[in-house]
Parts: sequence; structure tokens; C-alpha cells
Amino acid sequence: MITAIISVLRAAVRAGSPLLIGTLGEIYTERSGILNLGVEGVMLMGAVTAFAVTQTTGSIAIGILAAIIVGGLMGLLHAFMSVSLKVNQYVAGLSLVMIGSGVSSLIGLDYIGIRGKTLKPVFLGFDIMVYVFIALAMVLWFILYRTRYGIEIRSVGENPAAADAMGINVNKTRYLCTIFGGALVGLAGAYLSTAYLSSWTDNMTNGRGWIILALTIFASWDPRGAILGAWIFGGVEALQYRLQPLGISPSFLGMLPFISTIIILVVSGKLSKGNRGPPEALGKPYRRGER
Amino acid sequence: MTLIEMKNISKYFPPNITALEKVDFTAEPGEIHCLLGENGAGKTTLMNILYGLYKADKGTVKFEGNQVEINSPRDAIDLKIGMVHQHFRLVKRHTVAENIALGLRCDNSLFPLPEVKARIKQVSERYGLSVEPDAYIWELSVGEQQRVEIIKVLCRDIKVLILDEPTSILTPQETETLFNALQLMKQEDIAIIFITHKLDEVMTFSDTVTVLRKGRNVDTVQTKTVDKKSLAKLMVGRDVLFRVEKSEACPAEPVLEINALQAFDDSGLVALDGFSLSVCGGEILGIAGVSGNGQRELVEVITGLRKKTGGMVKISGVDISGLKPGQIAEIGVAHIPEDRIHRGSVPDMRVLDNLMLRDYKQYSKGLLLDAETMRSQSSEMIKEYNIDTPALETPIKLLSGGNIQKVILARELHGSPSLIIASHPTYGLDVGATEQIRKTLLAQRDSGAGVLLISEDLDEIMELSDRVVVIYEGRIMGEVTPETDVSEIGLLMSGGNQ
Amino acid sequence: MKIKVEPRADPTWKQTLAVTVFSALLALPIIAVIFWGFHVNPLEAYSVIFEGAFGDWYGVSETLTKSIPLMLCAVGLSVAFQTGFYNIGAEGQLLMGAIFSTYVALRWGSLPSIIIIPAMLIAGFIGGGLWGLIPTYLRVRFETNEVITTLMMNYIATKALEYLVFGPWKGADEWGFPYTSKFHVNTWIPTWGFTRIHTPTLVFAVLSGIVLYLVLNRTKIGFETRIVGKNPEAARYLGISYQRIFMIVMLISGGLAGIAGFGEIAGIQHRLRPGISPGYGFTAIIVAWLGRLHPLSTMLVAVLFGGLLVGGEMLQIRLGLPSATIQLFNGVFLLTILSGEYLLRNRIKIEWREDQ
Repeated sequence: MITAIISVLRAAVRAGSPLLIGTLGEIYTERSGILNLGVEGVMLMGAVTAFAVTQTTGSIAIGILAAIIVGGLMGLLHAFMSVSLKVNQYVAGLSLVMIGSGVSSLIGLDYIGIRGKTLKPVFLGFDIMVYVFIALAMVLWFILYRTRYGIEIRSVGENPAAADAMGINVNKTRYLCTIFGGALVGLAGAYLSTAYLSSWTDNMTNGRGWIILALTIFASWDPRGAILGAWIFGGVEALQYRLQPLGISPSFLGMLPFISTIIILVVSGKLSKGNRGPPEALGKPYRRGER
Repeated sequence: MTLIEMKNISKYFPPNITALEKVDFTAEPGEIHCLLGENGAGKTTLMNILYGLYKADKGTVKFEGNQVEINSPRDAIDLKIGMVHQHFRLVKRHTVAENIALGLRCDNSLFPLPEVKARIKQVSERYGLSVEPDAYIWELSVGEQQRVEIIKVLCRDIKVLILDEPTSILTPQETETLFNALQLMKQEDIAIIFITHKLDEVMTFSDTVTVLRKGRNVDTVQTKTVDKKSLAKLMVGRDVLFRVEKSEACPAEPVLEINALQAFDDSGLVALDGFSLSVCGGEILGIAGVSGNGQRELVEVITGLRKKTGGMVKISGVDISGLKPGQIAEIGVAHIPEDRIHRGSVPDMRVLDNLMLRDYKQYSKGLLLDAETMRSQSSEMIKEYNIDTPALETPIKLLSGGNIQKVILARELHGSPSLIIASHPTYGLDVGATEQIRKTLLAQRDSGAGVLLISEDLDEIMELSDRVVVIYEGRIMGEVTPETDVSEIGLLMSGGNQ
Repeated sequence: MKIKVEPRADPTWKQTLAVTVFSALLALPIIAVIFWGFHVNPLEAYSVIFEGAFGDWYGVSETLTKSIPLMLCAVGLSVAFQTGFYNIGAEGQLLMGAIFSTYVALRWGSLPSIIIIPAMLIAGFIGGGLWGLIPTYLRVRFETNEVITTLMMNYIATKALEYLVFGPWKGADEWGFPYTSKFHVNTWIPTWGFTRIHTPTLVFAVLSGIVLYLVLNRTKIGFETRIVGKNPEAARYLGISYQRIFMIVMLISGGLAGIAGFGEIAGIQHRLRPGISPGYGFTAIIVAWLGRLHPLSTMLVAVLFGGLLVGGEMLQIRLGLPSATIQLFNGVFLLTILSGEYLLRNRIKIEWREDQ
């Protein structure tokens, strides 16, 4: 019984790792006031890039790096649309999802069914990236809440007019956060296709990108909350596989993550009244001098 | 030497608005220089250019004799120019220290807070403006928030301080604290530029005054050489009546009765705390008080947008508990909201649609709207209220503030309401529109409607109201007449005789 | 020389049309580059698409056939988006509509067509409508973000369909494939001549577009809906219940998507199986956006995109490209149209000299 529980917990942490790093990225993006709905697409691009580059170069490190760069580039595109062109951020994000799905499917054609490289476990059965992600979460929390840069980022997301009036470059901050967020989401995809599943299948993220968006809300835009949320969701995923042998239809089990996401969203909504809500300026373009 | 010299400044807003045309302005160290003009005269625009929020289309700016380019607030801050805006630029969710730390160049760049807090203490003591560095902005009163804004600017060792309409939200006592601080700054050779439309303040506190009208210089004079009347004439271009002519009030039945009203605000704190008043038909009751003392919640309860937690509200004898806004409107209640753009109108829709926003249900046959009637009614309303619009189909957001307000008035007053709730009705409007709106309210009152007037502009309340009550922290502090001394009203507004 | 960007007051419909067309065309070279990157000759690809969609009568009929579910979904979405409700769940609502219609078909399929087909249509409407109302209720009651919830409902609907066709509804004589049995002939929607165009559904789609346009612009509730979409604050002040409006709008949007699902299974597939929709619900988002959220122009764009889907199928068959290529198209189109909106909202002036 105990071993079963431990096994589930372990699986939860592993499954939650891509969710964790992706959520950390989106938290930074949204904290600066930009909503990036394109996470699913960016994650897919990160996954396929990491897999393809790893296969080609033989090195996971290079593959992961490539995925980070690709994610950052997609973040740059979104930043350009949202900050410079000031388009509707919801729809811009959706276009990223579609482009990411399309391009990743095309690239991934040559890589379906190939067995990929994976990372060796270093401690307690977890590979190094798991620990890197957790450490990163704490570092990112510290930066956001205890340093000058954190104050600037959060102010830009809450009241860009205030930040602008104090000489902060609102656009630059938003660009940087969106690119950084995209890079971390690309990293999430990379982890998925290399360390976690070691393969590529079409649309392999299977909705994780959307779950990351929900986790961002659940975490109240706080990196520490991301750890909890990611592991809970990892747990749901782990349960899915463990319940299968019990004869429950795999289709029903397949619904679990999505139903859980909805429940979590509703619950988060009830909890985050008043001051734990989203950054005030989230999703709204900033124009200097507009009332 | 002259600190600031702005020459030939012109600023245009497409498609065809001229905000400023060849304006000159200078500021000397150690001088309090008022920038006077009506709403829309260009005062804020001029200062926004100085602070880098706008870029001038033509003209030059010289600082300490050298020509400079101020392209962003960063440049202005580097020149040691500070600005306190009319609408605060504070992050409500953050603490005072975090707000002041924003963008501040400190020694310990990564962890600025301890140093910032030390500086706050220094500045507070020097100028007599006290704040609690770890308090959250949303917990502070409006006066305290302004203090934070000022301290924020003073922490940066400024040479020029720009204040945009700073006293419009202060009690008379808070205003005095502010001016004492300004006097201290004056002694330190800081140039103080003070944007205002209040003649009393200009006369009492300034050394120099520059008057702008419709984006152009009218004159720059030494304050001690002029009087209120001549300043007003410079400001407006004609003789201004200081008291609007009004006939005697003849109150009839109470049209609004409020008894021991209790309600919460959005954060769950008590906003209305046993509030009682009544308004009769044919009278204007003014509610004086600093913003944030329950006025908004009061209006929301009366119009049905907020649930009360106790007490009773009756309109024309009807208890409005549980009634929806639409039903309350049908009893004969008109509401002129505080935020005319976001609450009073639908900016993207046409003038015609906005005029019909209230009555569209009447102009319909079954499910369909009666487009013909709606059109003819709208044309009538435009004539009656003198609304300046290119066409009925023009999106209302393209109209000036005054005309948008006229549309709202036309729409709300169309059904001859028995109770009119007017929230800051002339805020941000030019003198012409303001006069028209005030006359309209008086006309309504003369034909028997009861008017509840809420305004931060004490002058306006005094001019229009038959009776005045003062609200503070959700309670009525007392009733005064228009003849009462301003300082006594100020006392009531800030908690008074408790 | 200086480049100045100024906000524009309000674009005329001619300007809107010009910019929209221009931006859509701008997508073509971008996609061409991507094709080229995958060693596909872009010109060849484009001619395959065009020929497939409009080259012969068969192509045109297929285009119209595919435009039916797009029209139904997109018309509903344009109303939802106009109201400010981001319904990304049209795909799931379509599937639910198909599921509900299937139930009716499997149970009572032998009834005369005149009874069973309308019954299936109503079932489809109810299925899609209910599926759309669930996230709406969550939004109205708990303020839960509808983008994520409607999306989650898509995945749940897909899984539900899987469960049904692998399980209780698996056809007895389908050799183990996850299909239901073929429906009774009475449930088949009549098609036009030798084409696959199930005309009654097409007529219904066009009518719904026209009716919705009229309702939005000529009725009380349409007026209220537009106010909720353009200024929810003012709507609240006027006492308009946005909750009520959201529920009605989503019932219609979901219901129309559900009818699209009904159309697919009763008009084309004649059975329920996975993959009855190659992403109609998502493509409909682009269609609605490209149609500027106007029910009438949206219908025209739906035909265009029907052609694109047919062309995409041709690409799959003739050049071996995966179905995801269509997603790519959609994404790039959306991107260029969005960027084009920048030109609509701003005027770009080039000043040749600075004067003091």
C-alpha cells in the first residue's frame, strides 16, 4: 500500500515537472500584463524541436537549448503582436496555438515512432531537470517578490501608467517577460519529449498547455503555488494510468485531467477574491497618455 | 537663472484637435507658479509634454538654459523634474515603500526596500507629510495616497515639482498641510508648478500665474497685481457669474427617503453606516464630502446596483428592496453617472443608440425595435439639448466630453423623472457645457423633480443646492446651508465634531 | 525622414475590406516560405489547393459541403464573440450535437424521415447547446475563465465520443472498428443530385445567419446583446442582465455547432465515429474573425474556408502532407489578419522634413 502511494507521488512529481516549468514561464508573462494563450502551441514546438535536435546531434543538452530558443522566439512573436501592434491578445495566442500545432506536426513527421534519448535519474529516482525546475521556482519567486526587478515587473502588470510615470520602460519589460515565458514553455515541451516520454507523437502535449494556463490562475500568479498545482496535476495524470488496470474505460480516465482543470478553475475563482486576483492590467494593451 | 523655458509649444491630436498652439511657459526656482485655465485649456497637456508623457509637435524646451529633448518620463526624472498627476499613478496592491521604490536609483539596486524606507522617513519629517511605509495603497484614504505621490517625487531630489489639480480631492485641512509643505519646498529653491482651475487657490498661494485658454497663452501675471474677477475674465474671456440665478425652492412630497441605510463596499468593508436623508420634489440636495466616503455605494444602492445590508430606501413611496435597476428606473429615477465614458455610454455605439439606451423598450413593436421613432426622437433630443455631433450615426466616443454628457442628460431626463441622481455632473467639462448642465438641473428642479447632487466641487454644491449635507465614512455629519463658512464644512468633511 | 503612427478615428467599410483582403493575401507568401522549408513547391501546393476546391464541379460541391458546418459554427461564434464571450468550444459542441443526434438515430431511426430528421436536428441543437451552457454557467456563477473551460469541454467531448463508439454504441457488424452501425436510411438527409451537399442543412445555415443578423440589429434583445459586448459596465448600469444574455447567446452558439454535428453525421457519415470533424470548430474561429464577426460576411468567408479545407485534403492525398497543415494555414491567416488590424486602427504618416 505504502509503495503504491510512493509510486504515485513519484509519478506525480515527474508528470508535474513539465507543467511546473511551463507555469513558471506563464506566470512571468502574465505578471507583466501579457496574456499568452499560445502555450499549447509553444510547448509543442519545444517538444518537437528538442526531439529533432537531440536525434540529429545526439545531445539532449543541445536539444533542450534549441527548444528554449524556439520557445523564446515564439514569445518574441507574441510580444510583438501584443505590445507593439497591440492586437487582441486572446486571438493572437490562439494563432500561436494553431501555428505551433501545424508546424510541429510537419516537422514531427519524420520522427514518429522513434525511440529517443532520456535523462538518467540522479537522486531519488528523479532526473536532474526535476530539481532544476524546483530550484528555478524558488529563485523566480525570490526575484518576483524580493528584488527591484520583481517590483518593476509586478508594477507593469498592475498599473503600467504608474510604472511609466516613474521611468520604467513598460514595453521592454513586457517583451522580456513574454520572451522569457515562451522560453520556459519551450523548455517544458522539451522535457516532455526527451526526459519524460522520450518520443514524439503528433499533438503529444494533449492539452497540457491549457492546463498550464489554468495552473497559473490556481497558483495565484505566485511561483510557489505553481509547485503545488503542478504536482497535484501530475498526480491526476499518474492516477489515470494506475486506474486503468481496474477496468475503468480509458476514455473516462482520459477525461480526468480536463474535468480536474475545470474544477480547479472554479475553486481558484472562489478563493481569489480581492487581492489574490490576476494582475490588474492583464490582457489590456498599454498606450501612453490614454485615460 | 530660469529653470524651465518652454517656447512655441504646439501639440495636435488627430484628426483635428489643437491642444496647444505656440504656448510659452517659464518657471523660476523658489517660485509657486500656477497654470490656470478651464478644463480643456491645455494645462495638463503642456505639463505632460514637460514630463515626457507627450511629445510636442513643435517648440523647444530649455532646462537651466540648455535645450533638452524630453522623450519619456525617464528623461524628465533625470532632469530632476517630478510630477504628481491628477489621477494617481499608484499600484494599489503594493505597499507604499514598493511604490516609492519603483524606478528609484539606489545604492543597493537589487534590494532597494530598506534604503527606500529610510528615505521616506527623512522626507516625511522634513516636509511634515506622514505615511506608513508598509501600508498597502488600497488601505489608504485619498488624501494619504496623494501624500504618497508627493513623497514619491520628493525622494528623488527634484528641482521642479508639477502638481496637477492636487486639491480637488482634499479637505480644507489637508490642503493646508499640503501648502505648508510647498512653502518648505519653495525655501529650498524648488520650482513649483501648480495646475488648477480654482481661483481662490491661485490668489492665496501663488506668486505667478499663467492663464491658458483653448490651447493658447492669454497672459502671465504676478499674482499680487490681479484680483479674482480679472483672472476669471482672462480664463474665460467674458464676465462670469459666480452665482447661478435660481428661484426659491418649494419642496413638496419626499421623493427619496433613506433611513439608517447600511451597505458594504467591494472589499467587504462598511461603506454606509446608518445613513439617513430625504429629498423632496422641487429641491436640490447636495452631498458634500471627499470622494471615497460612501458616495459611490450610496448611488449604487439607490439605483439598484448594490444590495443594502440594512435600513430602508423608498423612492416616491415605493420600497426598492430587491428591485432591479431597470425596475427602479421605471419608477422615475434618472442617473447621471460619475464615469460618463465607461458607465454612462457605450463608446463604440452611435449617438442615436446612446440616446435610446434607456427608452428603447418603449420604442418597439413586439420584439422589433421601431427604428423610425427612435430616429425622430433622437433628432429632437439633439436639438433640445444643443448636442454638437456630425450625425446621428457618429460613434459617441468621437464627441467631446461636454457633448457626451449632454447625450446622457438628454437620455436620462427624457421621461420627466421624479428623482435625479447626478454624480459629479460637470467634472472635466468646459464652462459652456457646465453652465448648460447646471441650468438644466435647476430647470428640472423647478418643474418638481428632486435632485440628489454629489460632487467634489464644493463651489458647485454651494451654488446649486438648496440644502447641503456632509458625508463622512458613510454617515451624515450634519446639514449646512449654502451660506455656511467653508472651514466649518471642511471640518465636517474630515470627521468634524466627533 | 520621420515615420509617425497616429490613431485613426474610425475606418470606413471600404478601408476595412481593403485591409482585410490585403492581410489575408499577405498570409500566402508566408505559408509559401514554410512550404518551401519542407521541400514542397509552394506554387504546386497552391495550385493543388485551388484546383481541388474550385477547379471542377466536384470540387465546388465539396467546398460547399464543407462550408456547411463552418457556416453554422462561425455564425454562432460571431455572435458569441461580439458579446464578449470567447467560445473556443465549438468543436466539442459539434461533437456533442453529433452524439445526441446519434442517440436519436440509433433508437428511432426507422421512423419516417419527416419525423426522424427534424428530431435529430433538435437533438443536435440540444446537445451542442447544453455543452455550451455548462461553461457559460460557470462563468456567470463563478466568473470562471471561459477560454479554458470551453477548451476543456472539447477534450471531454472527444473522450466521451471515444467511449461511446468503443463501448456501448459499437456497431455489431463493423469488424471491430470504433464505428456505430450505419444509420437507418430514413435518417439520411437528402443531398443534391450526385453531390454530397446536404441541402436542407445548408439552407438552415444560411437562414440562421440572416436571422441572427436581423435579430442583432433590429430587436430589443439584439440591442442589449450588442451593449453587453461593447460595454459590459454600461450594460450593468442599465440593468441589463449580462448573465441572461450570455446564456441565451451560448445556447444559440452551442446549438448551432451542435446542428453542424448533426449535419455531419446525418448528411455525410451516416454513423458516429471518431474524427468526424477535421477541426471545424477551430477553423470557424478564423472564419468568424475574418468575417469581422458579422453574420453575413462570415457566411461568405465560410465558403472560402470550405474551399481551403477541400484543398487541404487534396494536399494530403496528392503531396502526402499531414492534416495539421490546415492548422498552420489557420494560424498564419489569423496572425496576418490581426496584424492588419493595426493598420486599420492607426494611420502611418511619413514626414519628409522636420520643421521647427
